[in-house]
Amino acid sequence: MTARTISFTLNGEAVSAEIATHHTILEVLRNDFALYGARESCGQGLCGCCTVIVNGIAVSGCLYLAAFADGAEVTTIEALDANGTLDPVQEAFIEHGAFQCGFCTPGFILMTKQLLDRHPDPDDDEIKHYLSGNLCRCAAYPEIIQAVKSAAKKRQLAPR
Amino acid sequence: MATPTLTGTVGGQIGRSLPRLEARDKVSGRAEYTHNLRLPSMLHGKIFRSTIAHGRIKSIDTSAAKKIPGVFRVVTADDISTVIPHPYYGPAFHDQPILAIDKVRFVGEPVAVVLASDPHVAEEAVQAITAEYEELPAVYDEMEALTSKVFVHDELKPAGAFADLKHLTGRKDTNVALDFKLRRGDVDKGFAEAAHVFEHTFRTQKVLHLAFEPFVSVADARRDAVTIYTSSQGPSFVRVEIARLLGLPENRVRIRVPYVGGGYGSKLYIKLEALVTALSLLARRPVKIALTMEEQFYQITKHPCTFKIKSGVDRDGRIIARKCEVYWNGGAYADVGPRVTQKSGFTASGPYDIEHVHVDSYALYTNLTPAGALRGFGIPQLVWSYESHTDMMARALKMDPVEFRRKNILKKGMAQATGTPVNDAPLEAVLDRIVARLNWGKPMDRGSGAIRRGRGLAIAIKAVIAPTTSVAVLNVTADGSPILYCGTVDMGQGSDTALAQVVGEILNVPAETVRVVPRDTDITPYDMGTLGSRSLFHMGHAVRMAAEECRAKIDALRKELGEPEGSNIPVAELFKKKYGMQAGNIVGSGSYKPDYTPPQPGTGLTTNVAPFWMVAGAGAEVEVDTETGKVAVTRLINVVDCGRPINPKIVETQISGATLMQLGFTMFEKMHIDGGQVTNASLADYKIPGILDVPAVMENEAIDSIQTNGPFGAKGVGETATFCCGPAIANAIDDATGVRITELPLNAEAVYRAIRAQQQNPLEDE
Repeated sequence: MTARTISFTLNGEAVSAEIATHHTILEVLRNDFALYGARESCGQGLCGCCTVIVNGIAVSGCLYLAAFADGAEVTTIEALDANGTLDPVQEAFIEHGAFQCGFCTPGFILMTKQLLDRHPDPDDDEIKHYLSGNLCRCAAYPEIIQAVKSAAKKRQLAPR
Repeated sequence: MATPTLTGTVGGQIGRSLPRLEARDKVSGRAEYTHNLRLPSMLHGKIFRSTIAHGRIKSIDTSAAKKIPGVFRVVTADDISTVIPHPYYGPAFHDQPILAIDKVRFVGEPVAVVLASDPHVAEEAVQAITAEYEELPAVYDEMEALTSKVFVHDELKPAGAFADLKHLTGRKDTNVALDFKLRRGDVDKGFAEAAHVFEHTFRTQKVLHLAFEPFVSVADARRDAVTIYTSSQGPSFVRVEIARLLGLPENRVRIRVPYVGGGYGSKLYIKLEALVTALSLLARRPVKIALTMEEQFYQITKHPCTFKIKSGVDRDGRIIARKCEVYWNGGAYADVGPRVTQKSGFTASGPYDIEHVHVDSYALYTNLTPAGALRGFGIPQLVWSYESHTDMMARALKMDPVEFRRKNILKKGMAQATGTPVNDAPLEAVLDRIVARLNWGKPMDRGSGAIRRGRGLAIAIKAVIAPTTSVAVLNVTADGSPILYCGTVDMGQGSDTALAQVVGEILNVPAETVRVVPRDTDITPYDMGTLGSRSLFHMGHAVRMAAEECRAKIDALRKELGEPEGSNIPVAELFKKKYGMQAGNIVGSGSYKPDYTPPQPGTGLTTNVAPFWMVAGAGAEVEVDTETGKVAVTRLINVVDCGRPINPKIVETQISGATLMQLGFTMFEKMHIDGGQVTNASLADYKIPGILDVPAVMENEAIDSIQTNGPFGAKGVGETATFCCGPAIANAIDDATGVRITELPLNAEAVYRAIRAQQQNPLEDE
């Protein structure tokens, strides 16, 4: 287990961390930076609870080795309201009650943000296919679909 | 989101679709879960588990594991008994050892634990442990367990708490942990008088709660005081049980529960808490055990069940006699299985008015992962059976399934099988709504060629578990802002929000200004547990009483300070007037336990089995591809009675979420077990509903209703929409294809096999 130092941009700030080669980005975010919005659940990259954005792409943090994040730009759910204001996607999830226990919610929100960045006005099928890699055991799926549509409208009204 | 203030909308808190109080924390990833907790000098524990289903432990070799750098300690049952001399726990039976002692009884049973500061080191060291077993024959099937000579336990060890289990103490040579009987009328006479007698057997499979926050507990145990942080649905029970195990008074055991990342019944009673406590005592450091998703398959599951149901029907289509034999596969340790067996037994004969009823309900030990409560306390398994049976009889009698149900349905005030009258249980109204929404009686597109369409429905009733107690304390601070202390665990069902609405309504403040303190048994008073859809009713009453006491004290203070009658001087002003500064507080408390008459031993009869009934109905439309067996649920309707919804939006999400979870248990979820080994113990191999599994049309309705004895007319709804989904879909598949499936899940293989069997061209067995 060789230790090494990685440097990367985390939520807009330059940071570095001592890591072992087997550490995932998820462990580093939690253990070194006390960012708990991404969580390990299935440990297989199937549920989406551990979603983080690396270089603009949503990845499963539980499988993504921290070593690969060296020099990367990493964004977590905590960045979305860093200025004190919720992202329209977060607002929409609240307004539509699109969660129950909330454990999977940050993953869904990050994935929705990526969906809307690429498809600003998705239809039901696009939403379902894009979010099919995120699971919600409380099954708030109907509310999530409503929230995504509502977030799309919000973003169109107030583009950022 | 508006920042909570004391000057928001006032009044009208009941019936308000307020977003969850913790919504902002949840969408920003900042909600607290035990999963996130780290304490200074904390060790991580990883569990070495049995690889066999039943056997004597000959030896455990931990020497190689101990040598791995970074390993703090390796612990076996011998070590546990130095800190907890009688290390057996459980809510109904004290049958489960903290780590296996002498014997293992299921694949996955904890045998040893490695402690290390680095969880990866602990995990690696677990791989270095070996154990030798003398393998014993095992029993897996509940029907086999009934007569098998393989006994999972040498002797039954019921916990002292339950009077109706006392007679089982010391019983040997049996796998029956409880036999509940209900006897009403004379079932043999009923069958003799019946024009038609139908008998069917139904089965349900082993499925998993699979909460996304896997089981996790952290203990910081000192010689005379223990703090446990745990993802639990029942902190009060954990405290009682840990205090018993350690021989400590309750006030030396503190249980803290932040938000819980899903429970669904899995995180009830006691799970990892005794283990982390013992480990922390041994290590003299805080210890955390966080299970992986795979390990959840070895903690607790739903009960598989075999239900033999026999009904006698008279010439007019009236069901006059019903015999129910229900066999619950409880796995290796009883957990709450005996309670599931008894409490579900009360309504095993369904929502029908039947003169002669005979119920035998058996809790059985087997060599499988223990089974407990899963969103319905056994009711979904029973409804699956009795509502499939209802349709099969209607079809055989050439009666319309709705007409058949109407002829037999329990009407207001009638005595249910236990003898308790059904009041505030609008079964007919629920059925009416399902029938109307399905356009029952009007023709539907039946499909053509290989695609066949059909529809089906089901109705159900559940008696809430009784008698149980909830206690709440409310503190109105000197600026008038209220703090609510109660032990109900918010695991996503929105209880914090609903209970804050109750406070807000009574104190005439906006619910979002109420602070609900996270569960902490040093602070929050007793609650029986967040289970069985009981919280809104029981804790709702306790909170109501606490708030009413505060209101009365505020009124008295007004009077004391010479305020005129009807004065609406702000509470903060009152305090200032009284104390000369911002100081003081007003505290109210409430304790609620409903009236209850215990069932008579032997007959199970009682005039008051429960303070309220849950009533559910579902309707389904399906499309079956008869060439592949694939079923698409194109429309899923759920209608429930939850009294008056305190928060209609959260109620709707509960209805929809519950039925979608049950859709997974109905259509595809199944733990595959081979020689006691779960062969699909991961999310990759055990499929749960995803966003693509949501039916094209979903309709959720809480009928207009009032629970007369409920707080503000409300009652619970967490489980209600799980009851009817399965049989409604099976009945729809029969309607579409003429095939009847009597075992869950209704996956493509099961449907295709049934279609081929119907064509007299059965597929070969696997």
